[in-house]
Amino acid sequence: MSAQAMTATGHGSVYSGDLRSWLTTVDHKRIGVLYGISALFYFVVGGVEALIIRLQLASADGAVVGADTFNQLFTMHGTTMVFLVLMPLSAALFNYMIPLMIGARDVAFPRLNAFSFWTFLFGSLLLNLSFFVGDPPDAGWFGYANLTSRQYNPGMGIDFWILSVQIMGIASIASAVNFTVTILNMRAPGMSLMRMPLFVWMALIVQVLMLLAFPPITVAFIYLLFDRFFGTHFYIPDAGGTPILWQHLFWIFGHPEVYILILPSFGVVSEVLPTFSRKPLFGAPFMIFSGILIGFLGFGVWSHHMFTTGLGAVADTAFSLGTMLIAIPTGVKIFNWIATLWGGHIHFKTPLYFAVGMVGLFIIGGLSGIMHASPPVDIQQHDTYFVVAHLHYVFFGGTVFGLFAGVYYWWPKITGRMIGEGLGKLHFWLMFIGMNLTFFPMHFLGMDGMPRRIYTYAADLGWERWNLIATVGAFVIAVSVLVFFVNAVRSVWAGERAGGDPWDAATLEWTMSSPPPEYNFAVVPAVNSARPFWLHKYGPTRDISTRTKEEGTPSQPETPPERIDLPSPSGWPILAALGLSLIGGGALVGLWLVLIGVAVLVFGVYRWAFQPLERLGHPSFGPAPGGGR
Amino acid sequence: MSRERSTFLQTLLAADLLLLTACGAAQGPDWRTLRPVSDFGQLGAEVYSDLIWWTLGIFVVVELLLLYALIRYRSSRSESEVPSQVHGFTALEIAWTLVPAAILFFIAIPTVRTIFELQGAPPTEDPLEITVIGHQWWWEFQYPELGFVTANELHVPVGRTANLTLSSADVIHSFWIPQIGGKRDLNPGSENRLWFTPTEVGEYYGQCAELCGTSHANMRMRVFVDDSATFSEWAAAMQAPAVPDSAGAMTFLISGCAACHTIAGTPAQGKVGPNLTNLARRTTLASSLIPNTPEHMANWLRSPDSVKPGALMPDLNLDEQRLNDLVRFLEGLR
Repeated sequence: MSAQAMTATGHGSVYSGDLRSWLTTVDHKRIGVLYGISALFYFVVGGVEALIIRLQLASADGAVVGADTFNQLFTMHGTTMVFLVLMPLSAALFNYMIPLMIGARDVAFPRLNAFSFWTFLFGSLLLNLSFFVGDPPDAGWFGYANLTSRQYNPGMGIDFWILSVQIMGIASIASAVNFTVTILNMRAPGMSLMRMPLFVWMALIVQVLMLLAFPPITVAFIYLLFDRFFGTHFYIPDAGGTPILWQHLFWIFGHPEVYILILPSFGVVSEVLPTFSRKPLFGAPFMIFSGILIGFLGFGVWSHHMFTTGLGAVADTAFSLGTMLIAIPTGVKIFNWIATLWGGHIHFKTPLYFAVGMVGLFIIGGLSGIMHASPPVDIQQHDTYFVVAHLHYVFFGGTVFGLFAGVYYWWPKITGRMIGEGLGKLHFWLMFIGMNLTFFPMHFLGMDGMPRRIYTYAADLGWERWNLIATVGAFVIAVSVLVFFVNAVRSVWAGERAGGDPWDAATLEWTMSSPPPEYNFAVVPAVNSARPFWLHKYGPTRDISTRTKEEGTPSQPETPPERIDLPSPSGWPILAALGLSLIGGGALVGLWLVLIGVAVLVFGVYRWAFQPLERLGHPSFGPAPGGGR
Repeated sequence: MSRERSTFLQTLLAADLLLLTACGAAQGPDWRTLRPVSDFGQLGAEVYSDLIWWTLGIFVVVELLLLYALIRYRSSRSESEVPSQVHGFTALEIAWTLVPAAILFFIAIPTVRTIFELQGAPPTEDPLEITVIGHQWWWEFQYPELGFVTANELHVPVGRTANLTLSSADVIHSFWIPQIGGKRDLNPGSENRLWFTPTEVGEYYGQCAELCGTSHANMRMRVFVDDSATFSEWAAAMQAPAVPDSAGAMTFLISGCAACHTIAGTPAQGKVGPNLTNLARRTTLASSLIPNTPEHMANWLRSPDSVKPGALMPDLNLDEQRLNDLVRFLEGLR
């Protein structure tokens, strides 16, 4: 009955419902929106932390915050941006778009998907709770041992950090399993792997990287947890442990993590550039295989973060050459993007601005990365502002611009409304200028000898000018983010209605209405091309890749011709996630809370396991089985 | 639409040019890491400048290609035709796989050669051995062959290779004097090595480059590259320090200073804090944080934590009389 009501309200119904419906949702689209809102919220939090850092460094001997607060701010800024912004913002796009792009009804495990989101959210809250008890972590986002030992870090900050990142790691692993299975098993008929959109390909690589990279960091964290809570000596040199073990374990995770953060953006750009130049992606197979190669090589280069550790000339050489190799597939991607634009009819819409901005800025981050690959150079750049510049050209210029390209590209699909082009372009320009003002001078500072993670510096070193410019740039970025939020609110409030296919695009998600109905596809699409919707609109003569006489995939019908059953909402995933977080939080309070957490987790998982996917009153659409109604 | 496009492109171009000029013009020659004053720094700086030219060249070519594509292939209103649907061009793609690979070859060769040069044995049979120990948040410099220990200000003679053994007493630190050359970590529980032959007399700034706790930013140091006469004079003074006999000496001993600090030639033999032998010869105090003047010395003794947050040196609550005695005593250690 409620299902009929939902169908009757037509488009937009996918988001209607009370708070309870959001807490118990298993719909990948709603979960995607939840990830997106959380990520944007934390983008502001991490951004404010960055602004305070920049204010402190705007002049020599700054007095905005003290030494300890500063150390807490950059630790939280890094941890927040990596785990609470870039990963969940990618997860938002994965959640929302992957099922739509591969022609699926939902992800493979909808309730596990809900569990991933709530686990991430509770983990992120636990991390930020450290502010409210006045003891945030302060050892940097890669928390080198033995600075994190009880002896040198007696407070609770590091415990908050370990436990919350560990909890969010569980969310990441669960979601990686989910999306790997979804992508491999739930593609529409005819969508072979090589017909899969590039965004989905990059997402698949990211899931595999997460599956392989999170176990080492989990081990590293468990060692640290044991050192801090139970007095073991994994990282304690006085007792025969070795702090350098942490560096290996962390970077075996940490370097693939870089690709976990950048490949989604590569995927977005590989969708946006073809759409707005009205051409297929140039050399799609090359792009796919270079993505795979980047992911593969990414596991063999971790010690290039450790050229000053003193591993010896042979190790340095091996990791240096391995790192240089990554430049080759990355270069292929850049050239193929340019070749995609080449010969096209480029339409300058906001998503294209951000995608092109991403390519232009990522080139800079990539090139400084090649410098770091050379140890004689890296030992001068390591732990300086040059590295801060490099990583922000990669994560801000690369990931943030790429993900914003995705946000603007899929905004009409997700919200059903267009987003302002004027404000969008203003957002782009302010962010582009602000980003270069902030981060480019940091190259100079690093080359002049300014280390990172210092809360103060002396006036006579000559670092004030570029630091001041960087601070001004940071505030320009802040204004640009404000413009984005104004634009977003205006769009949701009063934006022009978007049709199903506002950009005249090529892939499956554009064959349905905006926003898509709860059941996604009224009929499961049949796929005969890498660009099924384009093939339908423009025919095979215009698409030389299609050597068949097959038709493309048409727009979806308004109503499903056959009955569609969807999984019921469930409250057990959020309860299980709550139990997990209580265990983590309980470790800081007392054993009794850990035990309560265990009880809640076991109860939640037990009820979840025995809850049938389709219960009485589960959402269903279209005519009843047998055709009668 | 068309005006919008051209503004986009012009601004993009302007931004790129701005970056390039900023790159080239802005205090370029002054950057400390590219102004090496040792053979060690020089070897690294050569690869560094090679790489700057390679990356700058690639940057210009690739960004210009991108800009050209954007300008040349912007859609015009009259176009209703769909552009030719080119899916790829294998020969071209192989080409732009091989060309970067070839460029990397040119980067890899000097890189590998220099790695082995920098981490090989010191280029002399008779280097000056120095042991560097990192502490939260100061530097200990031991001269085992010369038989003395000092802190935060390293003296080395020009032209003679210094062979550093690096370790830490607590957490990981990193030894870095940008003009001398690249950094190397000081790991607790193990030893690293670093050698360099200073080529220019002068005073050079350095600081810890690995986050090591609250006052990481305040863990600074100076390196004095002396001509051999000056170095010999300094070393001789370090070996036979003259200790003034004053009221301050007693204050130093009875106020607890001696529990942590050593002053050679006195009963003060504490090992926790920096060695203060010939303290008045240093130009700076508190790990190179403040100039070595009586006023700064008094401030530091009054409240170490407000000068260097988190400093392990306690506030001794000295009355003014004792404070003055102490300052006078310490400023007489030369």
